[in-house]
Amino acid sequence: MSEYILQFDGVTKDFPGVRALSNVSFKVKEGEIHGICGENGAGKSTLMKIISGVYPHGSYQGKVLFKDTELSFSGLSIRQAIERGIAIVYQEFALVPQLTVGENIHLGREPLNNAGLINWHRLYSETKELLDRYHLRIPFEQKVINLGVGQQQMVEIAKALIESASLLILDEPTSALTEKEVESLFEILHKLKAGGVTCIYISHKLEEFFRIADSLTVIRDGAVIRSLPVKETSTEEVIKMMVGREMKERFPKTRHEIGDIVLEAKEITTSPDAAKTKRALQEVSFDIRAGEILGIAGLMGSGRSELLTAIFGAPVSHLSGSVSVKGEKMPLGSIREAMARGISYVPEDRKRQGLVVKDTISNNMSLPNLYQFSSILAINKLKEIRECQRLFDYLKIKSNSLASSVESLSGGNQQKVVIAKWLMSKPRILFLDEPTRGIDVGAKYEIYKLINELAADGVAVVMVSSELPELLGICDRILVMHEGKAMGVLPVEQATQEKLMTLAAGMTLEEGGAA
Amino acid sequence: MTLHIIDRMRMQLKTYTMILALLVIWLLFGFLTHWVFFSPTNLSNLFRQMTIISFLAIGMVLVIVTGNIDLSVGSVTGFIGVVAAGLQATILAKLLPNLFPTLPPQSMALLITVLTILICLIVGGLIGVYQGTLVAYLGIPSFIVTLGGMLLFRGALLGYTQGKTIVPIEQPFKAIAQGYLSKSVGFVLAGAVIVAIFIFYLWNRNQRRMYGFPLKPIYIDLLKAGGFSAAIVLYVLIMNDYQGLQNPVLLMALVAIVFSYITKNTRFGRYAYAIGGNREATMLSGINIERNVFKVFILMGVLCAVSGIVLTARVAAGSISGGQNYELSAIAACVIGGTSLMGGEGTIFGAIIGSLIMASLENGMSVMNMGIEWQFMIRGLVLIFAVYVDVVSKRNR
Repeated sequence: MSEYILQFDGVTKDFPGVRALSNVSFKVKEGEIHGICGENGAGKSTLMKIISGVYPHGSYQGKVLFKDTELSFSGLSIRQAIERGIAIVYQEFALVPQLTVGENIHLGREPLNNAGLINWHRLYSETKELLDRYHLRIPFEQKVINLGVGQQQMVEIAKALIESASLLILDEPTSALTEKEVESLFEILHKLKAGGVTCIYISHKLEEFFRIADSLTVIRDGAVIRSLPVKETSTEEVIKMMVGREMKERFPKTRHEIGDIVLEAKEITTSPDAAKTKRALQEVSFDIRAGEILGIAGLMGSGRSELLTAIFGAPVSHLSGSVSVKGEKMPLGSIREAMARGISYVPEDRKRQGLVVKDTISNNMSLPNLYQFSSILAINKLKEIRECQRLFDYLKIKSNSLASSVESLSGGNQQKVVIAKWLMSKPRILFLDEPTRGIDVGAKYEIYKLINELAADGVAVVMVSSELPELLGICDRILVMHEGKAMGVLPVEQATQEKLMTLAAGMTLEEGGAA
Repeated sequence: MTLHIIDRMRMQLKTYTMILALLVIWLLFGFLTHWVFFSPTNLSNLFRQMTIISFLAIGMVLVIVTGNIDLSVGSVTGFIGVVAAGLQATILAKLLPNLFPTLPPQSMALLITVLTILICLIVGGLIGVYQGTLVAYLGIPSFIVTLGGMLLFRGALLGYTQGKTIVPIEQPFKAIAQGYLSKSVGFVLAGAVIVAIFIFYLWNRNQRRMYGFPLKPIYIDLLKAGGFSAAIVLYVLIMNDYQGLQNPVLLMALVAIVFSYITKNTRFGRYAYAIGGNREATMLSGINIERNVFKVFILMGVLCAVSGIVLTARVAAGSISGGQNYELSAIAACVIGGTSLMGGEGTIFGAIIGSLIMASLENGMSVMNMGIEWQFMIRGLVLIFAVYVDVVSKRNR
């Protein structure tokens, strides 16, 4: 048996229109903590789904060797991966909050007594044994809902380890944890390592790799850039590897006149909601001028979307601060008021927030704009259809008719419908939240062109994106956020990917050495 | 081409299946009852029977489309039914002769009828305000609010009647459900409606031309208008063979047309579908979800009042068992008529066909002298089967 527990050999995975992984090869040594880092969308999750069997053998090219034998799951492959000793802790917890820790850990494999009923005594004694083995201190008869986020994470890990796993995969395990909880997580990982468990640690927080990992694989655009021991590298070098792609002619750049300030947000502050799903904002201020394109960079969960939705008037808890449009204060917390002042918001998650997917293209487009074509008594449908048709043609939406359901469209065309919906309200200030996520290159290019055209018409565009080259390619200025705070605004001429990444990681430019 | 022909056909496929199911049920009952089912007397009765449920089904479409449910409609209908009876038998009957001692008895009956109708509609609206506030503004799930309402208003009904049937009902009031249009007026009305249909189609073409849209060949529009006209003429001929057009059926047609218009041609209607289809996207489109759900419940309350009025007029009394199980029939009618319980999908026309199917089952089984126990069970099974067909058709899409 070789010293490697897991080997990727030339793995390529294609999705319709996108190559998620291209010829990926790397090796994970038995007993090490192996970090995998890359930007959002670099291919980290696809990689993990191949190991866990979500994408079964045959749906990708190349070989994956686990303990020197090829992974060839079929059918219920996720179950098979678990039985082979591969355990995975997902970014979003998969616990049942109303059940106890013991019940959660044994979910689906409850020990039974002779009568076929659950043997509670054994369930809890086995739970205790398991937790003791890995030195996890969790009240195992408590309901999960009563635990803190850090303890829930540990329950997830314990659950993953119940089938005595030899390979543990953690996907962004610290995204919801406090610094103290992160420390105790690292302690546990060290203990697991001492116990002979190999660990693959996926994250985009660089400093964590230097604290915990033995070796590191950097992936970018679905390809492995390098795989090396952590000791031989530095933060700066890893940042370069993560972002160091060349800027090609992917962004149509046009000159546009920048006019007066149209929107000024001052000290926007919110408090976290009860479920802690939204990042609280801390005194974020920015302004934008007519004809300007302002980018907002930052990691996922840094509060970018929250900033836009709070200004647009979607419900948030304890909103304070002020927003003025063309010098006049706008009442906060009302979408109607924001729309009346010419603000449009194209949301991040088009299926959940942007579209009524089973409804028709035209009904989706006109939903926020019906007042344009109607009195209380009637919608002038012909006027409505004519306006929809105009945008349908303008954005070159590919579908045979306005009466087709949005469900039947591709991601790029669905995104165009959401954009059409918000262009119909003739915005002067347009918020775009990840407008190019999950759409193909051609559609991306068209959206960039459209943004430029709007800016040339004097529309102020604010665009949130996780793709730094995209922001550098089309924005005039870029605001960087980190954990709900604005870290700074860079004019595009001064901005580099390294600088943006440094700020997004919560460091100042001096600390990051990128100044 | 703005509306592609295939998409249109897909949208209407459900409607055709429904009508086909109705025809199959009719033929089956016709065969089983030695064609007594198709006698003008029975058909006249059948359509009259369906009206009470269909008012509820019309409102229920809107409620379900927004992602809610109303289990209280049976009790509310029953309650308003006894209120209508109580107003005529005691309250107004005592009050008005003192206020207008000189009024001749016939005018008095008419006045009492009109006031009763108005008060009942207001009571229905207020019940809608109450339930709408709890659901829309206080955020209590509609299932619970209306389950509570089901008991609440059944209790109110029992308290009001003290277990007694309330009579008498004024003659003009009874005419709402029992009366017929004279045969000649029926023909004139049918003629007027047919003319209106043709004018509407031509006006629509003219509008499309003005806005520069492509026009379908005129024979398609003429065929459609002709088809509707033929159905109307056939219906009037059959009904006139018995006693003429039934007042409640005319009322139902009017309400159905108005609500069909509301769902398709007003902002409120469009918003209702969007709310049920994707609440968050609708909210982010700047639409006030609470206010629109609130309005839906008010309309539902008013329609319960209409149903209660017709109920009392039909049985000519305020009865303690009035409206029992109507909520189930109304929900069944909606679902059979293609309304999705997930929200966001459903038509008034479908609900009317659904009501007709439910009423046909009831009527057909009664004509066959089937025991009440079998009637209940068969109606239950038909409902489950209809939803199963819907589930399967969605899975295959």
